[in-house]
Order: sequence, then structure tokens, then C-alpha cells
Amino acid sequence: MAIPVVAQHLEEPGHLPNKGKVGMICLIIGESAIFSIFVLAYLFYIGKSQWGPQPKEVLEVPILNTVCLLSSSLTIWLSERAIEHNLLMTFTAWLGVTIALGSIFLVGTGWEWYKLIYHDGLALQTNLFGTTFYSLVGLHASHVIIGLIMLITLWLFAMTGHVSGKNSERIQTLALYWHFVDAVWVVVFAVVYVIGR
Amino acid sequence: MLHWMLKRSTFALRSARRLPVAAVLVGSLLFAASAWAENKPSPIPNMFAPVSTPAEQEFTMSMFVLGITLGILVVVGGSWAYVVAKYRSTDSSDVEPPQIYGSPQVELAWTIVPVVIVVVLFLTTARMIFSIQDHPRPKNALDITVVGHQFWWEYRYPQYGVVVANEMHVPMSTPGQVRPTFMKLQSADVWHSFWVPQLAGKVDNIPDHINDMWIDPHVPGVYVGQCGQFCGVEHAMMLIRVYVDTPDQFQRWITNQQQPGVEQPGAGQNTPQQVIRQQGGVVPTALELPANRSGAGSGASAGGGDQTGAGSAGQPMNQVVAGKQVFLQNACINCHAVQGTNANGRFGPNLTHFGSRDTLGSGIVVNNVDNLKAWIRNPSDLKEGALMPPMQLDETQLEQVSLYLTSLK
Amino acid sequence: MADASLPIGSLDLTPEALAEGTFREYLHGWVTTVDHKRLGILYVLYALFFLVVGGAEAMIIRVQLMYPDNHFVSPEVYNRMFTMHGTTMVFLMGMPLLFGFANYLVPLMIGARDMAFPRLNALSFWLTAFGGILLYYSFIGGFGLYGQGSAPDVGWFEYAPLTTRTYSQGHAVDFWALSLFVTGWGTLGAAINIITTTISMRCKGMTMMRIPLFCWLLLCTSALTLVAITPLTAAQVMLELDRYLGAHFFDTQAGGSALIWAHFFWIFGHPEVYILVLPAFGVANEIIPVFSRKPAFGYTAMVAASVGIVFISLGVWAHHMFTVGMTSAANAFFTLSTMIIAVPTGIKVFNWIATMWGGKLRFATPMLFAATFVVHFLLSGLTGIMLSASPWDWQLHNSYFVIAHFHYVLVGAIVFSMLAGIYYWFPKVTGRLMDEKLGKWHFWLFLIGFHLTFDFLHVPGILGMPRWVYTYEASRGWASWNMIASVGGFIQFLASGIFVWNLLYSGLHGAEAGPDPWDAWTLEWATSSPPPEYNFAVEPVVASRRPLWDLKHPSDTDTQYE
Ligand code: HEA
Ligand code: HEA
Ligand code: HEC
Ligand code: CUA
Ligand SMILES: [Cu+2]
Repeated sequence: MAIPVVAQHLEEPGHLPNKGKVGMICLIIGESAIFSIFVLAYLFYIGKSQWGPQPKEVLEVPILNTVCLLSSSLTIWLSERAIEHNLLMTFTAWLGVTIALGSIFLVGTGWEWYKLIYHDGLALQTNLFGTTFYSLVGLHASHVIIGLIMLITLWLFAMTGHVSGKNSERIQTLALYWHFVDAVWVVVFAVVYVIGR
Repeated sequence: MLHWMLKRSTFALRSARRLPVAAVLVGSLLFAASAWAENKPSPIPNMFAPVSTPAEQEFTMSMFVLGITLGILVVVGGSWAYVVAKYRSTDSSDVEPPQIYGSPQVELAWTIVPVVIVVVLFLTTARMIFSIQDHPRPKNALDITVVGHQFWWEYRYPQYGVVVANEMHVPMSTPGQVRPTFMKLQSADVWHSFWVPQLAGKVDNIPDHINDMWIDPHVPGVYVGQCGQFCGVEHAMMLIRVYVDTPDQFQRWITNQQQPGVEQPGAGQNTPQQVIRQQGGVVPTALELPANRSGAGSGASAGGGDQTGAGSAGQPMNQVVAGKQVFLQNACINCHAVQGTNANGRFGPNLTHFGSRDTLGSGIVVNNVDNLKAWIRNPSDLKEGALMPPMQLDETQLEQVSLYLTSLK
Repeated sequence: MADASLPIGSLDLTPEALAEGTFREYLHGWVTTVDHKRLGILYVLYALFFLVVGGAEAMIIRVQLMYPDNHFVSPEVYNRMFTMHGTTMVFLMGMPLLFGFANYLVPLMIGARDMAFPRLNALSFWLTAFGGILLYYSFIGGFGLYGQGSAPDVGWFEYAPLTTRTYSQGHAVDFWALSLFVTGWGTLGAAINIITTTISMRCKGMTMMRIPLFCWLLLCTSALTLVAITPLTAAQVMLELDRYLGAHFFDTQAGGSALIWAHFFWIFGHPEVYILVLPAFGVANEIIPVFSRKPAFGYTAMVAASVGIVFISLGVWAHHMFTVGMTSAANAFFTLSTMIIAVPTGIKVFNWIATMWGGKLRFATPMLFAATFVVHFLLSGLTGIMLSASPWDWQLHNSYFVIAHFHYVLVGAIVFSMLAGIYYWFPKVTGRLMDEKLGKWHFWLFLIGFHLTFDFLHVPGILGMPRWVYTYEASRGWASWNMIASVGGFIQFLASGIFVWNLLYSGLHGAEAGPDPWDAWTLEWATSSPPPEYNFAVEPVVASRRPLWDLKHPSDTDTQYE
């Protein structure tokens, strides 16, 4: 017996969207707003530093980093596809490649910062460029770190045999986040290394 | 059914009583508009009593918007009151009223009508914005740079090389002789806002941004206002006084301000207040010292009038000279400037013609010897959080320095 | 009739008896709970607690302003009071209250058994709670302007550069930024949960165009939260980078900009006020139809208007900044975008009146509050239109007229509507009715107090009284208006006392409510009061917007009209 009414011509209960994905999309929308504010600040302060190193003098375009991060979107998509078809080995392999590419990106960023700080003398406090540069790129890098931690956890689960095709939707949710991190990099890259330089 | 419904409330909800409640707001607004809306100097900074073109245009704007919104209130509020009165029901039977789910035509109508109203409102507003904000600057305009400081105002007259504090003088404009004042608004520290409602709406003083504002007051007298943006502990005591002088008076005032600060105890010159009084203007009662705010100045009191002169009249010149020494030998000169001496601090108000001001501490108390002593003894007694430290002078020094400063006419 | 005709009697839906056990176990149960209803109750209690705290601060403000040249509190304390009052009321009272309602009601209304992410839900609540405690800890742990004072004291919008290290030594500003940073994440979590629940957890037959309007409005609010709270979070991160790591975002001495903080704050701040008001609309949308005995007029238009408001409200923030010296074109643009909001909100007001038109209005306490909500919102919206006419706003900005405008919405509309909601759903939550007589006393006293305070505060605004002044001179002519406002404030305080008493008294001794005391139509009334942990013994199936109407009127169901 159902409460309250059963109508004769009741339409079939439609297939409701997966809640994990809806939640993740919401999170991504929220995070995008955070990034927009940092991007706005970056754009606003371009060229306003009165002293200290200027972007033109010290920034190098991180081609390798960009290639790595963007291709990691492709590899994680390959691993998503693999797990959908229950191909565990392929999944784990592509996931591993994704993690490796992400790590290269992080190391690259670390190296860039090291050079900027110790070689060019640009710190967060130095000038407005330093302030906006480290906070925007740092915000992105922190998202890469969070993403990597989750991917590595997933990879460990996969290695210990806790992942199967049934988890495919969850893995897609996680991959969504990684795609987001990559997409944000496109914006950051355009703002910092193209417009801002 | 509806057994849950309590017996009829003793507080009957009748439209007859409800409408007045809703109308209280509008009533008070109109009251405010009419009660003091005399367009002349007043201790009440009423925006509905404008004496300068921007304020007048803003007033016109406000009446226009008020009219339209009042119309909307009458129609929409009226239908609300009608519905509440008419369809109030105590019928506890089971009968449900007709179920109505909506009506596209009606809904379309009450979407379109507001759109039209909004368009009208917007066009009027936009015209007004451009007319006030983009007003061209005539060649003969007076320029003033207004700098907000934490809890006091600095006014620079670049055309005359004059710097004064806290009391701004501008010439009035008559139909025959229009001389508007154009101001550049700046801040030395945090965000402030310059607001004298009878003259013009407010414009902010922002540290990283220079703003413009203009006025052309038609009626001479003193206009009051105060800082319009929270700027720290004493935001409430960052008062503004604008003296609108006749062109002659203004000329005399500015010529005097251009002189270096020379001590003139008891000089027979009129204080601005007396000038205003001769013109039949109002001396704000704000000048009275609030009893509970003064530590020592209880002697100073009502009337606001003539003590400024009287306080120092008849004092022997040597006291004043001694005061000058005290002033120059203490830290005062690090923060204050008196033109013609080696005091050239910029942190505090310029004191070159301090004796010619009606008030001290950006308008919080009358400027007389007693209040001045209290101020220098400990500024926080009068204005907690003022950025001037207590100067640790002894009583004679206090007396002397106060006599000196008030003698700087 | 209502009770008997429902098939509920045949189900065993008696509330779970309070688990026998020690008080510690009971407490443990509440602290570790992931049940949406318990979390909803926690949110609401938390919000009511801070309503009292924020109200107490308001009373201190009103006592201080009662007379000119008053010295009841020092300027430093006064500054702390209005900062904490505004922050508390908006972040610790307003938002938790609306999330409490959402948590409790959304799953029930759409026929779900819980929220989409119960554990995230608990985390969100405790983050919010922690943020509130952190903020109030500042009274002990922080130091404000010039190293004096304790709690934050630079206004709820914390304009730069007053918040930089130079002008605000000590930790007061840090407490403000960090605690709201924490509650911000709680809020984000709650919003994600509400959106996901409404989208993914609906019961059979509950299409998007059938969910109660309350759920639609909560969906809109939550969507707005996603994009509006986060800019504040970002700006707070920048502020803390400035204060702790020496960055220069808002440091005007090193080329930073004070203006950009204002932009960031209001990009958050304006949508924030709509975040607060949309749920209030939602509550009115539930109560007005039930007490008019008619369906909501123009459901689709209401939905469209809500969505419209969400989008428009993202583009109007600079109406808080008409005096900062924007170009005349920018001023005109923001005037226009602000005024356009009147159109969708107007649709709502008209629809509420149309819902009542031709109905059978029963003025029980919830309806008293809901009906007055409509006029209050109308009036405050009209003063909002006055403010949006920028030339007039150059005068009114930061005057008591603005204070009156926004309290008219925040108290007259939102608090009224939320109180209506509490009177309306209290029987569902506790199984007991609130006392009508006390309710009426509360309503009338609060109404009178509210009007005394906020009607009359418009006037000193016109007479040039700025906000944030701890005192003023007698000659300014503001004294009597402030006196009236203060008296009104005390009456509100008294009324709130009656309300608190009513809550306690009725919670313990109120009349049994039964599952459906108001003869209402949405799903939450189909289960027992209070609902069992799993909400519905059998997953409900619906065929229209008013499932219980269909049930009660089998010959005249809603299904045929949709
Ligand atoms: C929930 C809260 C809430 C709501 C709903 C609103 C709604 C509105 N507000 Fe308000 N507002 C605040 C809370 C709110 N506000 C707060 C807190 C502040 C101050 C913050 C601070 O400085 O601390 C503020 C400040 C504020 C300002 C800045 C004032 C200043 O500081 O200078 C302005 C200026 O435009 C403004 C305008 C409006 C407008 C146009 C609306 C509109 O949405 C109103 C729309 C409604 C109607 C118009 C009525 C119904 C419509 C009809 C019946 C249709 C017909 C009408 C017409 C065609 C006009 N508000
Ligand atoms: C939802 C938001 C909200 C609410 C509900 C209120 C409610 C009230 N507010 Fe406030 N207010 C703000 C949001 C709100 N306010 C904001 C954002 C600001 C700006 C801050 C800033 O500029 O930084 C502000 C600022 C503000 C000012 C301006 C301060 C200034 O600029 O100097 C004033 C002055 O009168 C004021 C007064 C009041 C009053 C009298 C109430 C009353 O309605 C309060 C009534 C409620 C109570 C009285 C509840 C108390 C209940 C009890 C105590 C229960 C009793 C219990 C027992 C007896 C057991 N508020
Ligand atoms: C550390 C800086 C500093 C020192 C030292 C200082 N002042 Fe000040 N003074 C100020 C500031 C700042 C103000 C404005 C305070 C306000 O109105 O909020 C002020 C205001 C005044 C005023 C009122 C000016 C007006 O236009 O209302 C007088 C008079 C004055 N100081 C006299 C003195 C004397 C005399 C001394 C020395 C014995 C002195 N000051 C030392 C900073 C200083
Ligand atoms: Cu200066 Cu407020
Ligand atoms: Cu706004």
C-alpha cells in the first residue's frame, strides 16, 4: 500500500541523475567562483607593480608542464573507459600514467617557484605581481595536490584489488574533478603566461 | 472540521486598522520632508532642505521616485488590505473555495506593467546621474582638495596656497555670480566619505582613488554633515562644517588665511559666527559643549557665541609668547604646522589660523581656551580614540599654549 | 476529518520512543547523528540561539542610541556590537535557520528518506557550529583596532584598508575572516547537499515541476550559495594572505586596492541577501496557499521568477557602491540592473495576493506572520527601489535609511516568514501544537515593536544620520526618532521572550497535533508527527503538486489541471 495516491496514468519514474555526479558538479561550480575571484584579482593587478621583478622579466612559459597536465585529462579518460568495461589492468595502468603526469606538473611548478624565489627574488611580499602570481598558481597547485591524493588513494585501492567495474560511476565522479583541475589550468595559463606577460 | 482553529481571536484583523500601520512609514517620510524643509542653514542636516544644485536635483529625484513608489504602494498594498479584509473567514465548514491555478493573461499583465515603470524610473534616473556627475567645470570654479584623515578633515585650496582643517569655507553662488566649488576627494589613510546633505550627496574618500564632487550653494551660513563611511573608533565624531560665505566674506577669509600665523590676542576681528549672525543665519547649537563629554571644560558653555574672542582678550601678550615657545619646543610640531614658524608636521590638523575656527576636534566642541586645555591635556577625554596622544604638559604650559593657539586668528 | 481520512492510521508510524538510556547516550546520539531531521533541528536551535545573541547585541545598540551623547558603552564596544550583530545575524542566524528548514523539510517534501549525503550534512553542520564558536571566542582571544578591544569591530563588510595590519592590529579581523571561512565551507556543503537531494532523491512521480515551491526556492538559494559564498571565501583567503604572509591585495600603501575588496565583498554580499530572502519566499509559498485554501497562484511563473532572481541578483552588486566614484555609465547600468529585480519579485508579490484572493483566509498564527510578511516585503522592496535610484542613493547611502530598508527585509520579511514557518512546522517536528494565544501575543507585540523601530528609523536617515555612529549631538534632531526606535526594539525583545517561552511550554505541554493539523497538502503531512527516522514507511508516489489534496478530494484531484 502506497501513500498517498496511486494515479492510473502515472508516468514511469524517470531515471534520476547520479547523486555523486550532481554533487561534484555543484562543488566544481563553487570552486570555479573561487578561481574567478583570484583570476579577477590577477587581471586587475597586471602591470600595477611599481617595483620588483615584472612578469616579462622572470616568467617562462611552462610548456612541458602544460602538456603533461592537459594530456593527463586524456589518460584519465582512458582509464575511465577501461573501468567501464571492467578492464582492471588497463585502468590501473592509465591511472598510474595520470598520476605520473600530475606529479611531473607539480614538480615543474615547484621548480619554477624555486627559481623565482631564489634566483629572481620574487616572493609573495615583493610586489603585487608576486602576491597575485603565487596565490593564483598556488591555489591551482593546491587543487592538483588534492586531486593527486585522491587519485593515489584510488590507485592503491585498485592495486589491492578493491576496485571493480561496479565503481565506475564513482570513478567518473572523481575524474570529473581532475578534468576541472585541468580546465582551470587552461584559464590560469592564459591569464598568467599569455595575457599577463 | 477545522476543529483546530481557535475561537475567534480577540485581536480582530481588520483592514481599517492595518492600513494606517502600513502607512506610518510613508507618513513619517512626508513629515520629515515638510517639517524642516526650509532651505536655509540648519543644525539638522536634512537632505530634503537642499541649498545647492546637486542636492536640489537629488531632492527632485527623490520626490519623483517617492511619488511612483507611493503609487505602487497604494495599489498593491491596497489590494493586499482588501484581500485580507474581504476574504478573512471564520467559516469552519468543509467547503473549499474555488481552486484557481493561475491565469496567463493576468500574469502577463503584471509582468509588463512593472517593466514599463522600471523603464520610466531608469530613464529619469539616468538623466539625473549624467546631469549631476558629468557637470562641466566652469573656468572660475574654486578648487578644493578634501583629504580625509582618521577623524578629521583637511582642506587644501591649491589656487590660493592655503591649507586649513575641519572648517571649510566656500563662496556662495548668486544668480548673477555663479562660482561653484569643485572638490577632489582623497584619503590619507582609510576609507571616508564626504557628506553634507544640504549641499550634495556623499562621495567617498578612498586611499587608492581620487574622486570628484561639486557644489554651488545659494544661501550663506554654516552647513553640517559628517563622515559617511566607517573609518575606525571615532567615525561618529568626524564631523564636517562647511561655511558658505558671501563672495566678499570669502575673499576676506581667504586673504587672511594666506597670511602666516601671527598671534593677535584679543584682535577685534569678527569671528565667523558673529558674521553669520549679522546675516541672520543660524549658529548651530551643536557648538554647545555636551556636559557629560567634558572633563574640565565645564566653564565653557551655552550660546556658542563670543568666548572665542573673549577668552584671550586682555590676556597679557607675554603669556601668549610663552605659549608659542611651549608649542615649538614640544612634540606638537611633529604633527602640526603653523605657517611662519618651524612647525610643519603633516600628521595632524594645520593650526596656522586655529584661533579663527569656531570648533575644535573636527567640530565636536566649541573652540575656546577651556576646551582647548581639556583637549591638549588628554584628547581622549573629548574624543576617545583620537590619534593625538596626551601631551603631558603642566597646567601653566597648558594655559599658555592654549592662549597661544586661540590667538592665531 | 483530516486525520481520519488518511490511510496513515493503518500504518505503524509512531515515532521511535526515545531510546532508553543515559543522558550521555542521548547526547551522543545527537552529536553523532546523520539524520536530516535531527540535523535540521540542530541547525534551527543553533540559529535561534544566535538570534538571541544577535538580538542582545541589537539591544545594546538601541540602548546606546536612545539618547544623544549617551555613554552607555564606549565607542570601541559599540563598534564591536554592530559588527558582531550584523555578522551574527547574517551568518550565524539567517543562514543556519534556512538550512535548518531545508534539512528538515526538503527530504520530507519530495518523499525521500534522507539527504543525498548524510555524512556531509553532519560535517556541514559541525563546521558551521565550529565557525560560530570561533567567532565568539574572539571576545576572549582577539584584539581589535589599535590593539584594543577584542571582537571584530570594523563592520560586517570589513572595508579595506581598515582591515590591514596597519590599521587593525591584534587578531579581531583574523577571527572574523577565519571563522567565516569555516562556516563558508559548511554552507557550501549544505548547499551541495540540498541541490543534490532535490535533483536526485525525488520519489516516484515527483517531477521537477511538481516539487513544492519551497523546494524550488531552496534549490535556487543553494545554487546562489554555490556562486556567492565562494567569492567571499576567496576574498578572505586574500585578506589573510595580506595579514599573515605580507601580500598586498588590499594594502593601499603598496599599490593594493581598497576598491577591489569592496567589489569582492558585494559580489558576495548582494546575492547573500537573496540567499536569505528566497527561503523566506519559500515558507510563504507553503503557508499562504494552505491558509487560503487555494493552490499557489501561477506555480510556473513563481518558479521562473525565482530562477530569474537568481540570475539577475548576480549582476547588481555595485548598487552598494554608488558613491565610490564609478563612471556615470556604470552607475546607470547598476541602477538599471537593480531596478529590473523588481519585475520578478513583483510577480511573486502579486501571486501571493492572488493566491489569497477569493480564498477562505484562516488567520492562525502562521498565517498572521506570512500575510504580514507580504506587506513588509512590498514596503522594503519599494525603499530598495528608492535606494537604487543612484542620485538619491548618494544621499541615502550609509544612512539610517539604509538600515531601515534592510531591517525591513531582514526582520519584517525574513524573520517574520521564518517565524511563520516555525509556528507552521512545529507540530510536525514535535508532535505538539504551539499555543495560539501566546502566538497571537507574540505576533502583535512583535509587529508593533517592529514598526516602531524600523518605520521610524527611515526618518533620521533622511535627516542625515549616518550608520555606525556610537552617539550623536542633540541639535541634530535625531533624538526622538531614535528614542521611538529603541522603545520598539525593547518591545521586540519582550515579544521574543514570549516566543521562547511558547516554544518551551508548547514543546512540553502543547496539544497533540496529529499528522496533519493544518489540513495541508504536501508530503510532509502524510507521515506521523514527528516523522519516524525513515520518514515514510512506504516510499510515496505522487501524481500532482498537492498529493494530499488529491487524496482528500478524490473526485476533484489536481492531476487534471497540470
Ligand atoms: C534579504 C535582504 C534584502 C532584500 C530582499 C533586498 C532587496 C532589495 N534591495 Fe537591499 N539591502 C539589503 C538587504 C536586502 N535588500 C541589505 C542587508 C543592505 C545593506 C547592506 C549594508 O550596507 O550593510 C541593502 C542595501 C541596498 C542598497 C544599497 C544602499 C546603500 O548602502 O547605499 C540598495 C541600492 O540599490 C538596495 C536595493 C534593493 C532593491 C532594489 C531590492 C529589490 O530586490 C526589491 C524588489 C522588490 C520590490 C520592488 C517590491 C515588489 C515589487 C512590485 C510590487 C512590483 C512593482 C514595483 C516596481 C515596478 C518598482 N539595497
Ligand atoms: C537577519 C539580520 C538582522 C536582524 C534580524 C536584525 C535585527 C535587529 N537589528 Fe540589525 N543589523 C543587521 C542585521 C540584522 N539585524 C546587519 C547586517 C547590520 C549591519 C551591521 C554593520 O553595519 O556592520 C545591522 C545593524 C543594525 C543597526 C545599526 C548599527 C549601526 O550602524 O550603528 C541597528 C540600530 O538600531 C540594528 C538594530 C536591530 C534591531 C533593534 C533588531 C531587532 O529586530 C532584534 C530583535 C530580536 C531580538 C530582540 C531577539 C532577542 C531575543 C531574546 C533576547 C530572547 C529573550 C529570551 C528570553 C527572555 C528567555 N541593527
Ligand atoms: C602624534 C601626533 C600629534 C602630536 C604630537 C600632537 N598632536 Fe595635536 N592633533 C593630532 C591629530 C591626529 C589631531 C586630530 C584629532 C582629531 O580631530 O581626531 C590633532 C588635533 C589637535 C588640535 C585640534 C585641531 C582642530 O582643528 O580641531 C589641536 C588644537 C592640537 N592638536 C594641538 C596640539 C598641541 C598643542 C600639541 C602639543 C602639545 C599637539 N597637538 C601634539 C596629532 C598630534
Ligand atoms: Cu571618516 Cu568615518
Ligand atoms: Cu544589494
